Parts: sequence; structure tokens; C-alpha cells
Amino acid sequence: MGVIMKVTYFPGCTLKNKARDLDEYGRKSAEVLGITLEEPKAWQCCGGVFTTANDEIATKLSSVRLLRSAKDADQPLVTVCSACHNVVKQTNHAMKNDIVFRDRVNRYMAEETPYNGETTVYHYLELLRDVVGFSNVAMAVKKPLAGKKIGAYYGCLLLRPGKVLGMDDPENPRIIEDLIVALGGEPVIYARRNECCGGYVSAESPALAEKNSGKVIDNAAAAGAEMLVTACPLCKYNLEKYSSKLPIVYFTEILAEALGIKEEVNE
Amino acid sequence: MNNTELKKEILRISGVNVKKCMKCGKCSASCPAYDEMEFHPHQFASMIDNGEIEPLLRSDSLYRCLSCFACMERCPRGVEPAKLIEAVRLTAIRKQGANRMTADDVPQMLDDNTPGQLLVSAFRKYTK
Repeated sequence: MGVIMKVTYFPGCTLKNKARDLDEYGRKSAEVLGITLEEPKAWQCCGGVFTTANDEIATKLSSVRLLRSAKDADQPLVTVCSACHNVVKQTNHAMKNDIVFRDRVNRYMAEETPYNGETTVYHYLELLRDVVGFSNVAMAVKKPLAGKKIGAYYGCLLLRPGKVLGMDDPENPRIIEDLIVALGGEPVIYARRNECCGGYVSAESPALAEKNSGKVIDNAAAAGAEMLVTACPLCKYNLEKYSSKLPIVYFTEILAEALGIKEEVNE
Repeated sequence: MNNTELKKEILRISGVNVKKCMKCGKCSASCPAYDEMEFHPHQFASMIDNGEIEPLLRSDSLYRCLSCFACMERCPRGVEPAKLIEAVRLTAIRKQGANRMTADDVPQMLDDNTPGQLLVSAFRKYTK
């Protein structure tokens, strides 16, 4: 496949250390699928969580700077971590639709031209679905997942708030299931695939995270899943910490595996 | 600030119209932190409307909310309780010495796999 698109790629803080798999499998797979990921020279952490408070400006500036750098490069912006995706997309939505917030941000940043939410933000999964196309992903598969029963774990940040993120039906999503099918696997639908794992509350209340993560995994296992895939380093951490019943991997890992480049990444 | 002023402040920060709440309880029914909360999402809406802010400001419920947006997504009236909880939490920690978490708390949270995302997110939620 030739290069079909160049995009600005934001890995985010965790993909540079604990979630290297999410990053490296994603980078190599994009190359195979004709997407050139260009990482901005200097980027800042997105902050991990979006605050819905109207008067919080400073906490959202790193995302605005990132969005602006993609606009300057005349490229769409791609994120792969669920949390970055959530923060950056919600910030962009606010810059586009909340005039008071936008004005305050632009006045503070004092750039020559204002930023008004012009950048298109894709999660990597949306890039696969909407730009590459799952049918083209399927055609690039070299080692199909051979009917492996895989549960998609969306968690909270990938889908909600549905109206802002606009990725998929927040209550009955199918984007990861469609990817699993394209890769030759068998998706397993289970009730808790879009319920929270416990998120950052595991820092202060591990018991809450243990309970939530346990429920997700028990539910997926009971539905017949042999493994779970996620796009979120914190989901992976919480799920793995509190249960060893199922392997948890990043969706980019099964993608790289099916594209036949997993070993190459690990060399 | 007295309760009337606090109510005004929270409505300003959140942008929520609590009068839209029809008290169906769907937010609390879908809350994944329900069991750990002293006050539940639907109570935030009614207590704020009634100007009972002080008990909310003192409650650990503020730090159990997962910001998972389930209540916002599922509210049939678009009240968005998570925005209220966020506004009360910020009102509580936007005060000198009121940070819920400090750097000294970090070592005990760490294990070999702790992602940076966990610390960054927790600090954003618990600290000003």
C-alpha cells in the first residue's frame, strides 16, 4: 500500500514508557497501512483527564497547542490512547463551540491567528475505519487471528460523552468488534464492555478499582472471551492488577499480529 | 461563602441547570462508583438545588466519582450530574492547603507497572 495520508501523531506521556506496546505496534501497523505518522517536535502531556469546568483554562492549553500544531501542519491529528483522545477531542469541541472559552484561550495564548477548533481529530481506530477502511485492513492481513474469541473493552473514555466524541454509538459500539472481524478474529459481545474499570480512583481507592475491573473481566469471561483488547493504558493496568483470568492486550498488538509484523516490532 | 453563594458558584462553574432534573435516578443507577458514595449523583443535583452545599464539600464522594461520563450520557434530561460533581470537587480543592493528594502520596501508589497516566489523572482530579 502506498502512502495515503500524512497525519500529526500524538503519542502522549504513557506511550513513551509503560505503554510502549500500544505505541510501537501502532506505528509499525500504520506504516504498513499507508499512513505516515508525524510526531510533533515538542509536545506536552494532555493532562490525562478533561475537566468539564467552564472556567478551567490553563489545564486545557497543552491540548490547544497540540491542536494548533496539527492545524499549522495542515494535517489531521491522531491519538491512540483513549485518555488523550478524550481530552483532545473534548478540548477541540470546546474551542469550536464554546465562544467564551475560546476567546479566553486565544487572548491568553496571544498568537497571531486565533485557533477556532479547525483541526480534525481521529482516534487511531477511527483512522482505520474512516480513512484506511476496515475492508482494506482486512486485505492487508497476513496472519488472520483464526477465530480467536476476543472481547473489546471500550471502558469510558473512548466513547463518552457520545455527542462530543462522535466515534460510535456510546451504548452499543461496534468499531473494535469490526476491527476484530477484519483481522479474522471472533468478537465477543458482553454487557460491561463500556463500563469504567475504576480509572484514576485506583490511586486512592484500590478496592473500588478491584471491584469494577473484576466485574468487567468476569462478565467477559462468562460470555466466552479468551482475551480482551483495549486502547487505554490505565484500563490495562487496572484490569491486569486485579485479575489474571484473561490476557489484556492493546488493540494495536492484535493489529500488528494479524498484519504479520509483530515479530519485526519486537526485534 | 455561604450556601447561596456556593450554589451560585457551582452552577457557574458547571453550567448545569439543576431545575431540569426530574429525579428519575438513572444517573445513580448507572454510576459504577455508587456503592462507595455517601451522596449519589442524583443527590448532588437535588442538594445543590436546595443549597445544601457544605455536606457535599466535605464528602469523600467527590473523590470516588470516576469521571466516566456514564451519568452524563444516560441522563434523559441532559442534566449532566458529572459536571456538578466536578464543580463541587473544584470548589473544595481550590483553597489553600485543601489538596486531596500531594507528591508525598506518590511512592505508596507505585508498583512496577503503574502508568504515568494514573498519576497525571489523579493529580488533575485531586489537586490544584
